[in-house]
Amino acid sequence: MRNSKVVTLEEAIRRSGLKDGMTISFHHHFRGGDKVVNMVVDKLAEMGFKNLHLAASSLSDVHAPLIEHIKNGVITRISTSGLRGTLADAISHGLMDEPVFFRSHGGRGSAIATGELKIDVAFLGASACDELGNACGVPRSENAKSICGSLGYALPDARYASHVVVLTDDLVAYPNLPAGIRAADVESVVVVDSVGDSSKISAGAIRDSKNPRDILLAKSAAKVVINSGYFQDGFSIQTGTGGASLAVVKYIREEMINRGIKASFALGGITAHMVKLHEEGLIGRLIDVQSFDKVAAESIGKDPSHVEVSSVEYASGQHTGSATHALDIVILSALEVDTNFNVNVLVGSDGVIRGAIGGHQDTAADSALSIIVCPLLRGRIPCVVPKVTTLITPGKSVDVVVTEYGIAVNPARPEVAEKLRAAGLKLVDIKDLAAKAESVIGKPDALPFGDKVVGVVMNRDGSVLDKIYNIK
Amino acid sequence: MKEATAGTLESGDIMIQIAPAKGLEIELQSSVEAQFGRQIREVIGETLAGLGIKDAYVRAVDKGALDCTIRARVTAAAVRATGEDVWKD
Repeated sequence: MRNSKVVTLEEAIRRSGLKDGMTISFHHHFRGGDKVVNMVVDKLAEMGFKNLHLAASSLSDVHAPLIEHIKNGVITRISTSGLRGTLADAISHGLMDEPVFFRSHGGRGSAIATGELKIDVAFLGASACDELGNACGVPRSENAKSICGSLGYALPDARYASHVVVLTDDLVAYPNLPAGIRAADVESVVVVDSVGDSSKISAGAIRDSKNPRDILLAKSAAKVVINSGYFQDGFSIQTGTGGASLAVVKYIREEMINRGIKASFALGGITAHMVKLHEEGLIGRLIDVQSFDKVAAESIGKDPSHVEVSSVEYASGQHTGSATHALDIVILSALEVDTNFNVNVLVGSDGVIRGAIGGHQDTAADSALSIIVCPLLRGRIPCVVPKVTTLITPGKSVDVVVTEYGIAVNPARPEVAEKLRAAGLKLVDIKDLAAKAESVIGKPDALPFGDKVVGVVMNRDGSVLDKIYNIK
Repeated sequence: MKEATAGTLESGDIMIQIAPAKGLEIELQSSVEAQFGRQIREVIGETLAGLGIKDAYVRAVDKGALDCTIRARVTAAAVRATGEDVWKD
């Protein structure tokens, strides 16, 4: 075709004008199945680039090969929402000279939109793309090799990066429309064997739980939702990826049917559970920044009321029109909650980074009601503690904490506590939950942190919330 | 005393292996070493002392067991190692 943008990866990099010290970006819609980050960074290393800033929407176990590229000086700075696996472990132990900057999804989107996080070259994987760069995360031909659904985290990169390279494993005929990534924003298109293993998009964080404790937690959380005062016709809801927070949807569904209540929209990471409710007519629209499994990814490709949004439209704190501002109820998980309702979802109780901020900060802050669901103990690890290891979501954004030993309501929300009590739910003081945990497991010794800063946790407004030190 | 084992490698459990030795040596591998390693060693030591065992090599692989579990597994391993049933009335 005339004006085709299709080139090899090496040619695309050369054309991009990338120089040592610049910022490259990636999305993580293939989660643990992502192949783009490793492929591109390998090529950049081969071409002799050094001192690059890798700004990904998130990183996971599959990105362990970055360890070598960090040691060789190809990558010297990282910005991400999360880190897991051996890469996270190595960074926690002091692999990098520069700390990793952690941002929420909304925080990253607004940092890109405002220019605070300037991207020089974005490398964006897509399941279908035409020769001019119209790209999407759903199959558009019988030759399609992958599917990731929404490309929400890639859309700010596509729009604001100085140079955009789309990598695709299915080059389709022009025009590949509708498409989230638009040709006008794209400089080069690279055809590769595979951008990602779609079977792994629901691996990692997401578990469909049969664990009786998770089911108990889910039932309690559903009671909180139903009796909170926000469970009314036209309400909106978002759930996180923990086993219990997913199971809540099942119990809420039953009550929606019983009472004849329908939700106007579900937001955020969309799962098969939410798609089911939508197809049953119980949820009007699905606003999808990230498709959490194959069912959700397929749905967004065929259902016009299941819509893709960018992380800016989803959860930016600096754009008043972002969807989180219209969100009523969010159900989230936590690694730790402290007696001031502060939440940690990033650093394990052993001091090693093992999670992601995701939309936690954003949805907790903007929703009308934020509910944290977590067990009191995970083995010998306490989840309700006197002080979180790392501050991710400030307690002023957190309204209710549900554990298997009771429900605690933030004293800043007495009207919510009143409604729950009136419905017969037994509430406990969060300090009593922390004391209960300590009575079972004993008082943990202090973690052996060093004095090197390995991570900086940004708040969604661009301020620094906390620092993560190396663990010995 | 002979070599004996109790417990599993399941999450929330601890596997205790006891073998004859001079003096008491506890080798611990724990998923919660940093926060609870000290307490786990104490519980193992106290449990053995309570059974009158001063000489033993103990290898413990812990997956976040609570103290009650640790005491039960150490006791079971000790009973199997010594042949002395401490549970009989």
